[in-house]
Amino acid sequence: MGELRLMKGNEVIAEAAIRCGCDGYFGYPITPQSEVMETLMARKPWEETGMVVVQAESEVAAINMVYGGAGCGKKVMTSSSSPGISLKQEGITYIAGAELPCLVVNVVRGGPGLGTIQPAQSDYFQAVKGGGHGDYKLIVLAPNSVQEMNDFVDLGFELAFKYLNPVMILSDGIIGQMMEKVELSDIKPRMTDEYIAKNHGSWATTGKPGSRNRNIITSLELDSAKQEKFNHKLQAKYAKIQEDEVRFDTYKAEDADYLIVAYGSSSRISKKAVELARAKGIKVGLIRPITLFPFPVKELNGFAKKVKGMLTVEMSAGQMIEDVKLAVECSIPVEHFGRYGGMIPSPDEIVAALEQKIIGG
Amino acid sequence: MDVKDIIKEENLVYKKSAIITDNTMHYCPGCTHGTVHKVVAEVIEEMGIQDKTIGVSPVGCSVLAYNYLDIDWQQAAHGRAPAVATAINRLYPEKYVFAYQGDGDLASIGCAEIIHACNRGENITVIFINNAIYGMTGGQMAPTTLEGMKTATTPYGRDVKLAGYPLKITELIAQLPGTCLVTRESAESAVAVRKLKKMIRKAFENTGKKKGTSFIEVVSTCNSGWKLSPVESNTWMKENMFPFYPLGTMKDI
Repeated sequence: MGELRLMKGNEVIAEAAIRCGCDGYFGYPITPQSEVMETLMARKPWEETGMVVVQAESEVAAINMVYGGAGCGKKVMTSSSSPGISLKQEGITYIAGAELPCLVVNVVRGGPGLGTIQPAQSDYFQAVKGGGHGDYKLIVLAPNSVQEMNDFVDLGFELAFKYLNPVMILSDGIIGQMMEKVELSDIKPRMTDEYIAKNHGSWATTGKPGSRNRNIITSLELDSAKQEKFNHKLQAKYAKIQEDEVRFDTYKAEDADYLIVAYGSSSRISKKAVELARAKGIKVGLIRPITLFPFPVKELNGFAKKVKGMLTVEMSAGQMIEDVKLAVECSIPVEHFGRYGGMIPSPDEIVAALEQKIIGG
Repeated sequence: MDVKDIIKEENLVYKKSAIITDNTMHYCPGCTHGTVHKVVAEVIEEMGIQDKTIGVSPVGCSVLAYNYLDIDWQQAAHGRAPAVATAINRLYPEKYVFAYQGDGDLASIGCAEIIHACNRGENITVIFINNAIYGMTGGQMAPTTLEGMKTATTPYGRDVKLAGYPLKITELIAQLPGTCLVTRESAESAVAVRKLKKMIRKAFENTGKKKGTSFIEVVSTCNSGWKLSPVESNTWMKENMFPFYPLGTMKDI
C-alpha cells in the first residue's frame, strides 16, 4: 500500500510527476489548474530528484520548451486549462509531427473564448480530433477521480514513450479542484544518461558522439511523396493504438436495458443517476470511456446489441455523442444531455433526461 | 586534370571544417548564411565540442541548417527557438546549446521568446541573422526592414506610418541583465568574418563558463530578396544597413 494523502487533483498531478521520475515541467499560470505549478515550486523537486520546473512567459513558450525537452529524450510535461491549451496547439502538432513523447494536462473550463473558470468538458473535440493543424492524434486519458489524476501521469508517460506520441490527460475543473483520498505511487528514479543513450539514442538530441549519426528533431519534409509516406506511418501507429490501448469501465451494464455513456466528472454524477434510476425500477447501466482516443468503439458496438438506447452525458453541448453514434452505427437511439458554460448536471436531471429522451422517446 | 590532382595535402592552405557535411547548400549564391554556418562549424570543431553541441534551427531560410552541420539539431516552430533552447539547456546544463534565427523569426513572431530567454539569462548562444527581409517566404517586410525599403509587402517602400519603425532588437536585448555578450557583427569581408568568428568563439566559451545569454547579430545580405547582385548587396548593406544598424559590441561582461 502506497502513502495515503488527502489532496486536490491538481496537487496530485505535481506529486505524481515528481514520483514517476519526470525530468521537466514547463507551465504558465491559468485557473483552474495553477496549483500544479504552485505545488511543484513549493516542493522544489530540483533539490530532491533534479527535476526542472520553469514558469514560461506564455503557454506558447511552455509547450515549445516541452518540445525541446522531449527532443532530448527526457520525460517532460506541461499543464494548462482550455484557453491555454488552445495556445499550445501549435507546439502539440509539432510534437506529434516530430514523433516526440510528452504529457499535456488540460484541466478544462467552460468556453468559448475566455468563457468561465468553472468546470466543463467542452474541449473533447479539440483533444480527440487533433486540435492543431495536420492529420494527427493524441492519446487522451480521461480521469474521473483524484486517484486517476495520480495514476494517469505515470501511465501517460508510459504510453507516450511506447508510441513516441503526445499524451493528454483530459481532466476538468471539478477533478482538478476537488480533494479526495489518494494512494500515491511509489517513487521511480529519473532516467539516467546511460538509459537515454541506450533506449532513445536513435533519435534524442543529447549531443552527437562519434559513434552515431547526428540526430535531428523536425516535422519538416518538403518532398510530398515522403510526407505522404510519413503520414501513412502515423496513421498505422494510430491504428495500432486503437487496437491495443482502449480502456473503459462499466457499472451495472451487464443486465441494463439502457446505457449512460459518460467520461470524467460526468461519469461520477452519472453513477449516482444509475442508482436513482434503478431505485425507480429502470435498468440503467454506465459505460465510461477512460481512453477518449482510442475510443471504445467495439465495446460500445457490442453493448448496442443488448440495450434499447444510450444517453451521453457531457458538460458540453454534445461532442462525444458523435463518436458514440459512429460506434453504434445508428443501430439504436442515442441522445445527449448536457449542462455547460460552467454548469454541472445533477443526477436527477440525468434521470429525467433519460426518461424523456430515451425511454419516453 | 582531376580535382584530386589539384587538392593534395602538401598544397592545402584551407580545409573545409569536418563539422560541415557534404550536402549541397540550398542558400543562394552570395547569401550570408553559408559564411556564418562555416564560422559556427569551425568554432565547434576548434573547441572540440561536437558531442556536446545541440543546435536549434528556426523557420525561414536556415530551417534546413541541420543538413549542413554535423551535430544534433532540433528544428523549432517559427520564433520559438529560444524556448526550445531553454529546455535543452535546463535539462542538459553541461551542453553547448545555440539558437540560430533570422529577423522575422527572432524579432517579429518570436519577440516574446527571445526577450524572455535573454531576460532569464538562459545559458545559450543566439545567432541572429538580420537581412531586413523574409528570405524563404519570398521577400516580405521584416521587423528590421529599413524605412523606405521596398519588399513584397511594402512595394512602395516601408512607410513607418503604416508599418511602424525598423526594430533595433539587439539594442533592447543589451538592456537585459541576463545577457553577458551582445554584439553586432557582419560577414562581408575577411576582416569582418575573422571578427565574427572571434565573437562566436567567445559566445560558446561564455556558455562553457555558464555566464548567461550571448547574443550575436550578423547584419547580412539577401541578394535574392533585395533583387541585387551579391556584390551590389554588400555595397547596399554598407551604405544603408550599417548606418542604421551600427556594428560593434554593446555589452561584454
